[in-house]
Amino acid sequence: MSDVLLDVRSITMQFGGLKAVDSLAFQIKKGQLVGLIGPNGAGKTTAFNMLTGVYRPTSGDILFAGQSMVGLRPYQISRNGIARTFQNIRLFRELSVLQNVLIAFNQHVKSGTWSAILQTQSFLDEEAELRSKALALLKVFGLDRKADEIASSLPYGEQRKLEIIRALATKPKLILLDEPAAGMNHSETHQLMETIAQIRKDFDLTVLLIEHDMKLVMGICENIIVLDHGVKIEEGNAQHVRSSQKVIEAYLGVEESV
Amino acid sequence: MLRSLKLPFLSFLGLIAVGLVLEFGFSAFIQITALFVLVNMIMAMSLNLVNGTSGQFSLGHAGFMAIGAYVGAYLSQHWALFPEGLTALNFFVYTLLGGSLAAVFGFLVGQPSLRLKGDYLAIVTLGFGEIIRVALLNMDFLGGARGIHGIPTVPDGFGLSRFMAQYLFGSFWVILCFFFLWRLVHSNQGRGFLSVREDEIAAESMGVNTTAVKVRAFVVSAFFAGVAGVLSAYFVRYINPSSFGFLRSVDAVIMVVLGGMGSFTGSIVAAILITIMPELLRTVQQVTGVDLRMLIYALALVLVMILRPQGIFGSKELRDFWRKK
Repeated sequence: MSDVLLDVRSITMQFGGLKAVDSLAFQIKKGQLVGLIGPNGAGKTTAFNMLTGVYRPTSGDILFAGQSMVGLRPYQISRNGIARTFQNIRLFRELSVLQNVLIAFNQHVKSGTWSAILQTQSFLDEEAELRSKALALLKVFGLDRKADEIASSLPYGEQRKLEIIRALATKPKLILLDEPAAGMNHSETHQLMETIAQIRKDFDLTVLLIEHDMKLVMGICENIIVLDHGVKIEEGNAQHVRSSQKVIEAYLGVEESV
Repeated sequence: MLRSLKLPFLSFLGLIAVGLVLEFGFSAFIQITALFVLVNMIMAMSLNLVNGTSGQFSLGHAGFMAIGAYVGAYLSQHWALFPEGLTALNFFVYTLLGGSLAAVFGFLVGQPSLRLKGDYLAIVTLGFGEIIRVALLNMDFLGGARGIHGIPTVPDGFGLSRFMAQYLFGSFWVILCFFFLWRLVHSNQGRGFLSVREDEIAAESMGVNTTAVKVRAFVVSAFFAGVAGVLSAYFVRYINPSSFGFLRSVDAVIMVVLGGMGSFTGSIVAAILITIMPELLRTVQQVTGVDLRMLIYALALVLVMILRPQGIFGSKELRDFWRKK
């Protein structure tokens, strides 16, 4: 099938005696919005770290647009078109909002070192162009007015937004969002849901997100993968997952027969 | 192209003006101190690229300086590219080669050791500096412990005094170093350096090849440290391995920290202060009769670090201050 963007073939991650993720397999089609859920410690972030090259799977293969991503360094995977955000925000804290976005453009910059040293016209033009592109991107999220502020001085919700913007700036085909709504209140979460739906349309993206907020996941995800103890226990649409006995047991425990 | 040379040229004129004042109003002692200021400026700026901008902690800068100094000294005694009459040009070639060999060593050392972080990197680079020093101590064709003496210096002529010739030569490299580093840091390359300092994992996942970025910073830094070494060889005209001991590296680190990590103009100001202060304090010694120089010097450093732990400029540059006004 040609419209499969990400094909995860039974990846396993073993830390010593612990199998954090055990033969996980799933496929994401181009343009889909997929949710990855599961109780704490189910292996969701470990799965993300394997997809983005932070960990190398103990076994299994990851095909992205038909190419194997296993063994590539994170920066190479990013250049292939997978971008991510982090569960515990990892902005470039001491740098300005604008610089955070500009760094993500780096992989597409054409000017070389010497043109920077000699300040050639093409270098100056490209810098100006990058700047206006970054500002335009920030504007989509209403952060352009804060372009010169230090990233760590932004309120929490905007820091999360900036992380998403930064990931978008790498021009990805697939974006992985690790708990984008963590720490947000109800209305912020609602706003975020709309933003995610919006960027998927505007940037022609495929999205995979980890989330604890069931409302968010059930509301926008077309396909939901449920992990528990490193094993995929269920996959399907919201309706299917919600009524699955296995999922209920994973979250709430098994009823003891007296 | 020409426009991009305007600022460097104007800065060079400024330095020449300072040189003229030193030439006609001051003693030879102050003049040689001024030459050391130039050397230390390059040392501080180059180390700032690694320790300040890229957030790696290197303690082996004296090693690169030593390589540059020995290459510069040896070549100037044994090899000439340009014939008599153009000898001044030779010194530019020597300096470039000295810096280049230091850069090669920067690459060789950086490639394996930049995987380490923080204290561990400091220890490895410290070890590198010592290896260079001890290796030089045992190389007889480079004079061993006796070092190299009678090193030729930049030729005077065109009505320039020896001091002025040396000073102009040094100023040229200071300007080159400053604008090279400044423009590098204010480009996409520089944003790569900063991203590595801020968060390596995030930088990687944004497509920044962090290993390559760190090695690049290290190589450029080593090049200019080598240049500083060559200059010091031509200014002092005598070098031996102990001129490039551990304390040299520490001096450079002090300048970077005092000026403010990541601030190039801060490094320049700190280099001036650190070089001049011990000499200024000699007059105090004449008054008190006891040598309190190092005591006062150390006390001043401690006070600065207590009152202004981020360094004189913090991460700001000089221009950020007058922009605000």
